[in-house]
Amino acid sequence: MAKLKARDVFIMGIWKENPVVVQVLGICSALAVTNRMSNAFVMGVGLIFVTAFSELTVSLLRRYTPKHIRMMVQVLIISAFVIIVDIYLKAYLPTVSKALGPYVGLIITNCIIMGRCEVFAQKNRPVISFLDGIFNGIGYTAVLLIVAFARELLGFGTLFGIPVMGSGWTNWVIMIMPPGAFFMLALVVWGVNTLRDRREISESAEEAKAR
Amino acid sequence: MTELNPFVLFTASIFTSNMILANFLGMCSFIAVSKDIKTSLGLGQAVTFVLTFTTVINYFLYKYVLIPMNLEYLRYIVFIISIAAFVQLVEMIVERHLPVLHHALGIFLPLITVNCAILGVSLFMVIRRYSFIQSLAFGFGSGVGWTMAIVALAGLKKRLNESRVPKGLRGGGITLIITGLMALGFMGFSGMVQIS
Repeated sequence: MAKLKARDVFIMGIWKENPVVVQVLGICSALAVTNRMSNAFVMGVGLIFVTAFSELTVSLLRRYTPKHIRMMVQVLIISAFVIIVDIYLKAYLPTVSKALGPYVGLIITNCIIMGRCEVFAQKNRPVISFLDGIFNGIGYTAVLLIVAFARELLGFGTLFGIPVMGSGWTNWVIMIMPPGAFFMLALVVWGVNTLRDRREISESAEEAKAR
Repeated sequence: MTELNPFVLFTASIFTSNMILANFLGMCSFIAVSKDIKTSLGLGQAVTFVLTFTTVINYFLYKYVLIPMNLEYLRYIVFIISIAAFVQLVEMIVERHLPVLHHALGIFLPLITVNCAILGVSLFMVIRRYSFIQSLAFGFGSGVGWTMAIVALAGLKKRLNESRVPKGLRGGGITLIITGLMALGFMGFSGMVQIS
Protein backbone atom coordinates (compact mmCIF):
# COMPACT_ATOMS: atom_id res chain seq x y z
CA MET A 1 0.00 0.00 0.00
CA ALA A 2 1.38 3.37 -1.03
CA LYS A 3 2.09 5.78 1.77
CA LEU A 4 -0.81 8.14 2.27
CA LYS A 5 -0.29 11.82 2.86
CA ALA A 6 -2.20 13.75 5.47
CA ARG A 7 -3.60 16.01 2.76
CA ASP A 8 -5.13 13.11 0.82
CA VAL A 9 -6.66 11.75 3.98
CA PHE A 10 -8.10 15.18 4.68
CA ILE A 11 -9.73 15.53 1.27
CA MET A 12 -11.02 11.96 1.34
CA GLY A 13 -12.57 12.23 4.78
CA ILE A 14 -14.26 15.56 4.31
CA TRP A 15 -15.19 15.73 0.65
CA LYS A 16 -14.43 12.80 -1.63
CA GLU A 17 -15.65 10.00 0.61
CA ASN A 18 -17.65 11.95 3.16
CA PRO A 19 -19.07 9.21 5.36
CA VAL A 20 -22.59 10.60 5.61
CA VAL A 21 -23.29 12.08 2.21
CA VAL A 22 -21.42 9.76 -0.12
CA GLN A 23 -21.62 6.46 1.69
CA VAL A 24 -24.87 7.14 3.61
CA LEU A 25 -23.36 5.59 6.74
CA GLY A 26 -23.98 6.38 10.37
CA ILE A 27 -27.00 8.47 9.63
CA CYS A 28 -29.11 7.30 12.57
CA SER A 29 -27.56 9.88 14.83
CA ALA A 30 -27.26 12.39 11.99
CA LEU A 31 -31.05 12.37 11.80
CA ALA A 32 -31.83 12.11 15.47
CA VAL A 33 -29.70 14.79 17.08
CA THR A 34 -29.98 17.53 14.46
CA ASN A 35 -33.02 19.34 15.82
CA ARG A 36 -30.72 21.76 17.64
CA MET A 37 -27.27 23.03 16.66
CA SER A 38 -25.84 22.57 20.16
CA ASN A 39 -26.82 18.89 20.23
CA ALA A 40 -25.37 18.32 16.79
CA PHE A 41 -22.16 20.08 17.78
CA VAL A 42 -21.64 18.06 20.95
CA MET A 43 -22.46 14.84 19.12
CA GLY A 44 -19.97 15.74 16.39
CA VAL A 45 -17.18 16.49 18.85
CA GLY A 46 -17.91 13.23 20.68
CA LEU A 47 -17.76 11.29 17.45
CA ILE A 48 -14.50 12.93 16.36
CA PHE A 49 -12.96 11.99 19.71
CA VAL A 50 -14.15 8.39 19.57
CA THR A 51 -13.26 7.83 15.91
CA ALA A 52 -9.80 9.33 16.23
CA PHE A 53 -8.77 7.48 19.37
CA SER A 54 -10.37 4.19 18.33
CA GLU A 55 -8.51 4.30 15.04
CA LEU A 56 -5.29 5.15 16.86
CA THR A 57 -5.72 2.23 19.26
CA VAL A 58 -6.79 -0.23 16.58
CA SER A 59 -3.82 0.77 14.48
CA LEU A 60 -1.40 0.42 17.40
CA LEU A 61 -2.73 -3.05 18.15
CA ARG A 62 -3.11 -4.16 14.55
CA ARG A 63 -0.09 -6.50 14.57
CA TYR A 64 -1.13 -8.18 17.81
CA THR A 65 -4.82 -8.74 17.13
CA PRO A 66 -5.76 -12.23 15.96
CA LYS A 67 -7.64 -11.94 12.68
CA HIS A 68 -10.84 -13.74 13.55
CA ILE A 69 -11.60 -11.82 16.74
CA ARG A 70 -10.62 -8.39 15.46
CA MET A 71 -14.22 -7.19 15.16
CA MET A 72 -14.80 -8.00 18.80
CA VAL A 73 -11.61 -6.20 19.80
CA GLN A 74 -12.63 -3.18 17.75
CA VAL A 75 -16.07 -3.06 19.33
CA LEU A 76 -14.52 -3.21 22.80
CA ILE A 77 -12.08 -0.42 22.01
CA ILE A 78 -14.87 1.76 20.63
CA SER A 79 -17.11 1.05 23.63
CA ALA A 80 -14.36 2.07 26.01
CA PHE A 81 -14.02 5.48 24.37
CA VAL A 82 -17.79 5.93 24.18
CA ILE A 83 -18.00 5.32 27.92
CA ILE A 84 -15.47 8.10 28.45
CA VAL A 85 -17.56 10.49 26.35
CA ASP A 86 -20.75 9.47 28.14
CA ILE A 87 -19.32 9.97 31.61
CA TYR A 88 -17.79 13.30 30.61
CA LEU A 89 -21.08 14.59 29.20
CA LYS A 90 -23.01 13.48 32.27
CA ALA A 91 -20.59 15.32 34.51
CA TYR A 92 -20.07 18.56 32.61
CA LEU A 93 -23.02 18.97 30.22
CA PRO A 94 -25.96 17.24 31.91
CA THR A 95 -28.65 19.02 29.86
CA VAL A 96 -27.09 18.06 26.54
CA SER A 97 -26.48 14.55 27.86
CA LYS A 98 -30.18 14.28 28.63
CA ALA A 99 -31.21 15.63 25.24
CA LEU A 100 -28.96 13.19 23.42
CA GLY A 101 -30.38 10.30 25.43
CA PRO A 102 -29.34 6.89 24.13
CA TYR A 103 -27.69 8.32 21.04
CA VAL A 104 -24.35 8.80 22.81
CA GLY A 105 -24.25 5.08 23.51
CA LEU A 106 -25.24 4.41 19.95
CA ILE A 107 -21.94 5.88 18.76
CA ILE A 108 -20.72 2.30 19.32
CA THR A 109 -22.85 0.99 16.49
CA ASN A 110 -22.16 3.97 14.25
CA CYS A 111 -20.98 2.29 11.06
CA ILE A 112 -18.54 5.10 10.29
CA ILE A 113 -16.26 4.16 13.18
CA MET A 114 -16.39 0.41 12.60
CA GLY A 115 -15.92 1.00 8.90
CA ARG A 116 -12.89 3.26 9.29
CA CYS A 117 -11.28 0.94 11.86
CA GLU A 118 -11.75 -2.02 9.55
CA VAL A 119 -10.87 -0.33 6.25
CA PHE A 120 -8.21 2.15 7.31
CA ALA A 121 -6.73 1.64 10.77
CA GLN A 122 -6.26 -2.09 10.27
CA LYS A 123 -3.83 -1.38 7.42
CA ASN A 124 -2.16 1.93 8.22
CA ARG A 125 0.24 3.49 10.69
CA PRO A 126 -1.08 4.96 13.96
CA VAL A 127 -0.54 8.67 13.26
CA ILE A 128 -2.19 8.69 9.87
CA SER A 129 -5.03 6.56 11.26
CA PHE A 130 -5.55 9.11 14.00
CA LEU A 131 -5.75 11.88 11.40
CA ASP A 132 -8.12 9.81 9.28
CA GLY A 133 -10.38 9.48 12.31
CA ILE A 134 -10.32 13.22 12.92
CA PHE A 135 -11.07 14.14 9.31
CA ASN A 136 -13.85 11.59 8.90
CA GLY A 137 -15.31 12.86 12.14
CA ILE A 138 -15.14 16.43 10.86
CA GLY A 139 -16.80 15.37 7.62
CA TYR A 140 -19.62 13.85 9.66
CA THR A 141 -19.89 16.86 11.95
CA ALA A 142 -20.02 19.27 9.01
CA VAL A 143 -23.05 17.51 7.56
CA LEU A 144 -24.69 17.38 10.98
CA LEU A 145 -24.21 21.10 11.48
CA ILE A 146 -25.63 21.96 8.04
CA VAL A 147 -28.73 19.86 8.69
CA ALA A 148 -29.08 21.18 12.24
CA PHE A 149 -28.68 24.78 11.05
CA ALA A 150 -31.65 24.51 8.71
CA ARG A 151 -33.78 22.51 11.13
CA GLU A 152 -33.24 24.73 14.14
CA LEU A 153 -33.55 27.94 12.13
CA LEU A 154 -36.83 26.97 10.49
CA GLY A 155 -38.23 24.81 13.27
CA PHE A 156 -37.51 26.95 16.33
CA GLY A 157 -36.41 30.26 14.79
CA THR A 158 -33.20 30.07 16.83
CA LEU A 159 -29.52 29.22 16.36
CA PHE A 160 -27.67 27.65 19.29
CA GLY A 161 -30.73 28.62 21.31
CA ILE A 162 -30.54 32.33 20.43
CA PRO A 163 -33.63 33.73 18.65
CA VAL A 164 -32.66 35.15 15.28
CA MET A 165 -35.80 35.19 13.17
CA GLY A 166 -37.63 38.06 14.88
CA SER A 167 -41.09 38.06 16.42
CA GLY A 168 -43.03 37.74 13.15
CA TRP A 169 -41.59 34.29 12.47
CA THR A 170 -43.87 31.25 12.48
CA ASN A 171 -42.08 28.03 13.39
CA TRP A 172 -42.16 25.25 10.83
CA VAL A 173 -43.03 22.46 13.23
CA ILE A 174 -42.41 19.84 10.55
CA MET A 175 -38.70 20.64 10.59
CA ILE A 176 -38.24 19.48 14.17
CA MET A 177 -40.37 16.38 13.62
CA PRO A 178 -38.82 13.21 12.13
CA PRO A 179 -39.93 13.86 8.51
CA GLY A 180 -38.09 17.19 8.51
CA ALA A 181 -34.87 15.36 9.36
CA PHE A 182 -35.28 12.96 6.45
CA PHE A 183 -36.11 15.71 3.96
CA MET A 184 -33.29 17.97 5.09
CA LEU A 185 -30.66 15.24 4.90
CA ALA A 186 -31.98 14.19 1.50
CA LEU A 187 -31.58 17.77 0.26
CA VAL A 188 -27.99 17.90 1.52
CA VAL A 189 -27.19 14.58 -0.14
CA TRP A 190 -28.78 15.80 -3.36
CA GLY A 191 -26.87 19.08 -3.33
CA VAL A 192 -23.49 17.51 -2.64
CA ASN A 193 -23.94 14.77 -5.22
CA THR A 194 -24.94 17.28 -7.88
CA LEU A 195 -21.90 19.43 -7.09
CA ARG A 196 -19.65 16.40 -7.21
CA ASP A 197 -21.03 15.24 -10.56
CA ARG A 198 -20.54 18.68 -12.04
CA ARG A 199 -16.96 18.82 -10.80
CA GLU A 200 -16.19 15.37 -12.18
CA ILE A 201 -17.57 16.34 -15.58
CA SER A 202 -15.50 19.52 -15.68
CA GLU A 203 -12.39 17.62 -14.54
CA SER A 204 -12.73 15.03 -17.25
CA ALA A 205 -13.39 17.78 -19.81
CA GLU A 206 -10.14 19.48 -18.76
CA GLU A 207 -8.26 16.25 -19.08
CA ALA A 208 -9.63 15.74 -22.56
CA LYS A 209 -8.56 19.26 -23.50
CA ALA A 210 -5.04 18.72 -22.17
CA ARG A 211 -4.74 15.73 -24.38
CA MET B 1 -43.56 5.67 32.51
CA THR B 2 -43.68 2.52 34.60
CA GLU B 3 -47.46 2.24 34.55
CA LEU B 4 -47.79 1.85 30.76
CA ASN B 5 -49.79 -1.19 29.75
CA PRO B 6 -47.51 -3.65 27.87
CA PHE B 7 -50.05 -4.02 25.07
CA VAL B 8 -50.22 -0.26 24.62
CA LEU B 9 -46.44 -0.18 24.58
CA PHE B 10 -46.38 -2.90 21.94
CA THR B 11 -48.77 -0.99 19.67
CA ALA B 12 -47.01 2.29 20.27
CA SER B 13 -43.62 0.88 19.38
CA ILE B 14 -45.02 -0.30 16.06
CA PHE B 15 -46.90 2.82 15.04
CA THR B 16 -46.22 6.01 16.95
CA SER B 17 -42.65 5.36 18.08
CA ASN B 18 -41.55 3.27 15.16
CA MET B 19 -37.83 2.54 15.47
CA ILE B 20 -37.02 3.83 12.00
CA LEU B 21 -39.59 6.52 11.37
CA ALA B 22 -39.55 8.19 14.77
CA ASN B 23 -36.29 7.18 16.42
CA PHE B 24 -34.07 6.82 13.35
CA LEU B 25 -32.53 3.56 14.51
CA GLY B 26 -31.19 0.83 12.25
CA MET B 27 -31.01 3.16 9.27
CA CYS B 28 -27.88 1.67 7.69
CA SER B 29 -29.32 -1.73 6.89
CA PHE B 30 -32.71 -0.14 6.30
CA ILE B 31 -31.29 1.83 3.39
CA ALA B 32 -28.76 -0.72 2.16
CA VAL B 33 -30.79 -3.93 2.24
CA SER B 34 -34.24 -2.75 1.16
CA LYS B 35 -33.85 -3.73 -2.49
CA ASP B 36 -36.37 -6.56 -2.59
CA ILE B 37 -39.31 -7.54 -0.47
CA LYS B 38 -38.28 -11.11 0.27
CA THR B 39 -34.82 -10.28 1.62
CA SER B 40 -36.23 -7.38 3.60
CA LEU B 41 -38.79 -9.64 5.19
CA GLY B 42 -36.10 -12.20 6.06
CA LEU B 43 -33.91 -9.54 7.60
CA GLY B 44 -36.88 -8.09 9.44
CA GLN B 45 -37.71 -11.45 10.97
CA ALA B 46 -34.12 -11.98 12.03
CA VAL B 47 -34.00 -8.51 13.58
CA THR B 48 -37.29 -9.08 15.41
CA PHE B 49 -36.05 -12.38 16.81
CA VAL B 50 -32.69 -11.06 17.95
CA LEU B 51 -34.23 -7.83 19.24
CA THR B 52 -36.77 -9.61 21.42
CA PHE B 53 -34.29 -11.98 22.97
CA THR B 54 -31.42 -9.56 23.49
CA THR B 55 -33.78 -7.10 25.15
CA VAL B 56 -34.78 -9.79 27.63
CA ILE B 57 -31.19 -10.93 28.19
CA ASN B 58 -29.99 -7.37 28.67
CA TYR B 59 -32.85 -6.69 31.05
CA PHE B 60 -31.69 -9.48 33.32
CA LEU B 61 -28.03 -8.56 32.95
CA TYR B 62 -28.76 -4.97 33.87
CA LYS B 63 -31.09 -5.68 36.75
CA TYR B 64 -29.30 -8.61 38.38
CA VAL B 65 -25.66 -8.06 37.51
CA LEU B 66 -24.92 -4.42 36.79
CA ILE B 67 -27.16 -2.66 39.31
CA PRO B 68 -26.19 -4.81 42.34
CA MET B 69 -22.52 -4.32 41.49
CA ASN B 70 -22.87 -0.58 40.86
CA LEU B 71 -21.49 -0.95 37.37
CA GLU B 72 -24.23 0.79 35.39
CA TYR B 73 -21.73 2.80 33.41
CA LEU B 74 -20.38 -0.41 31.89
CA ARG B 75 -23.72 -1.11 30.25
CA TYR B 76 -22.54 -0.22 26.75
CA ILE B 77 -19.81 -2.83 26.80
CA VAL B 78 -21.96 -5.46 28.48
CA PHE B 79 -24.90 -4.92 26.13
CA ILE B 80 -22.86 -5.01 22.96
CA ILE B 81 -21.06 -8.17 24.07
CA SER B 82 -24.29 -9.92 24.94
CA ILE B 83 -25.77 -8.90 21.58
CA ALA B 84 -22.70 -10.08 19.68
CA ALA B 85 -22.62 -13.36 21.58
CA PHE B 86 -26.32 -13.96 21.03
CA VAL B 87 -26.07 -13.28 17.30
CA GLN B 88 -23.11 -15.63 17.07
CA LEU B 89 -25.06 -18.32 18.89
CA VAL B 90 -28.10 -17.91 16.68
CA GLU B 91 -25.91 -18.08 13.61
CA MET B 92 -24.35 -21.36 14.73
CA ILE B 93 -27.70 -22.91 15.54
CA VAL B 94 -29.29 -21.76 12.30
CA GLU B 95 -26.33 -22.95 10.25
CA ARG B 96 -26.49 -26.36 11.86
CA HIS B 97 -30.22 -27.00 11.92
CA LEU B 98 -31.80 -24.70 9.33
CA PRO B 99 -29.36 -24.53 6.42
CA VAL B 100 -32.02 -23.16 4.06
CA LEU B 101 -32.71 -20.18 6.28
CA HIS B 102 -29.00 -19.70 6.84
CA HIS B 103 -28.43 -19.51 3.11
CA ALA B 104 -31.26 -17.01 2.69
CA LEU B 105 -30.02 -14.70 5.44
CA GLY B 106 -26.37 -15.03 4.49
CA ILE B 107 -24.29 -12.04 5.48
CA PHE B 108 -27.18 -10.22 7.14
CA LEU B 109 -27.19 -12.28 10.28
CA PRO B 110 -23.76 -11.25 11.59
CA LEU B 111 -24.47 -7.68 10.49
CA ILE B 112 -27.36 -7.53 12.93
CA THR B 113 -24.77 -7.06 15.67
CA VAL B 114 -24.08 -3.55 14.46
CA ASN B 115 -27.71 -2.69 13.79
CA CYS B 116 -28.23 0.23 16.11
CA ALA B 117 -31.91 -0.58 16.61
CA ILE B 118 -30.91 -3.57 18.76
CA LEU B 119 -28.58 -1.68 21.06
CA GLY B 120 -30.97 1.28 20.96
CA VAL B 121 -33.91 -0.70 22.30
CA SER B 122 -31.81 -2.00 25.19
CA LEU B 123 -30.68 1.53 26.01
CA PHE B 124 -34.21 2.95 25.79
CA MET B 125 -35.35 0.18 28.10
CA VAL B 126 -32.79 1.23 30.68
CA ILE B 127 -33.41 4.96 30.36
CA ARG B 128 -37.20 4.61 30.57
CA ARG B 129 -37.03 2.06 33.40
CA TYR B 130 -39.28 -0.58 31.86
CA SER B 131 -40.36 -3.65 33.80
CA PHE B 132 -39.72 -7.12 32.43
CA ILE B 133 -43.06 -7.50 30.62
CA GLN B 134 -42.82 -3.97 29.27
CA SER B 135 -39.32 -4.62 27.94
CA LEU B 136 -40.52 -7.77 26.24
CA ALA B 137 -43.44 -5.95 24.62
CA PHE B 138 -41.26 -3.03 23.64
CA GLY B 139 -38.54 -5.23 22.12
CA PHE B 140 -40.97 -7.36 20.15
CA GLY B 141 -43.04 -4.39 19.01
CA SER B 142 -39.96 -2.50 17.88
CA GLY B 143 -38.90 -5.49 15.81
CA VAL B 144 -42.33 -5.75 14.19
CA GLY B 145 -42.34 -2.02 13.48
CA TRP B 146 -38.87 -2.19 11.97
CA THR B 147 -39.89 -5.10 9.73
CA MET B 148 -43.00 -3.29 8.60
CA ALA B 149 -41.06 -0.19 7.67
CA ILE B 150 -38.34 -2.01 5.72
CA VAL B 151 -40.82 -4.18 3.81
CA ALA B 152 -42.88 -1.12 2.92
CA LEU B 153 -39.76 0.67 1.72
CA ALA B 154 -38.68 -2.34 -0.37
CA GLY B 155 -42.09 -2.33 -2.04
CA LEU B 156 -41.89 1.38 -2.77
CA LYS B 157 -38.35 1.10 -4.11
CA LYS B 158 -39.44 -1.53 -6.62
CA ARG B 159 -41.71 1.01 -8.27
CA LEU B 160 -38.91 3.50 -8.27
CA ASN B 161 -36.86 1.50 -10.77
CA GLU B 162 -39.21 2.64 -13.49
CA SER B 163 -39.33 6.30 -12.57
CA ARG B 164 -36.98 9.05 -13.63
CA VAL B 165 -35.19 10.33 -10.56
CA PRO B 166 -32.80 13.31 -10.81
CA LYS B 167 -29.24 12.03 -11.01
CA GLY B 168 -27.96 13.50 -7.75
CA LEU B 169 -30.90 12.09 -5.83
CA ARG B 170 -30.48 8.48 -6.89
CA GLY B 171 -29.56 5.99 -4.19
CA GLY B 172 -29.42 7.49 -0.73
CA GLY B 173 -31.19 10.75 -1.47
CA ILE B 174 -34.44 9.42 -2.86
CA THR B 175 -34.57 6.71 -0.20
CA LEU B 176 -34.38 9.40 2.47
CA ILE B 177 -37.18 11.36 0.84
CA ILE B 178 -39.41 8.29 0.62
CA THR B 179 -38.68 7.49 4.24
CA GLY B 180 -39.53 11.07 5.14
CA LEU B 181 -42.88 10.71 3.41
CA MET B 182 -43.49 7.44 5.25
CA ALA B 183 -42.63 9.17 8.51
CA LEU B 184 -45.11 11.88 7.61
CA GLY B 185 -47.76 9.22 7.05
CA PHE B 186 -46.99 7.53 10.34
CA MET B 187 -47.34 10.83 12.14
CA GLY B 188 -51.06 10.37 11.51
CA PHE B 189 -50.99 7.69 14.21
CA SER B 190 -49.57 10.05 16.76
CA GLY B 191 -52.93 10.84 18.31
CA MET B 192 -53.09 7.29 19.66
CA VAL B 193 -50.47 7.12 22.37
CA GLN B 194 -47.07 8.69 22.79
CA ILE B 195 -44.07 7.12 24.47
CA SER B 196 -40.99 9.19 24.92
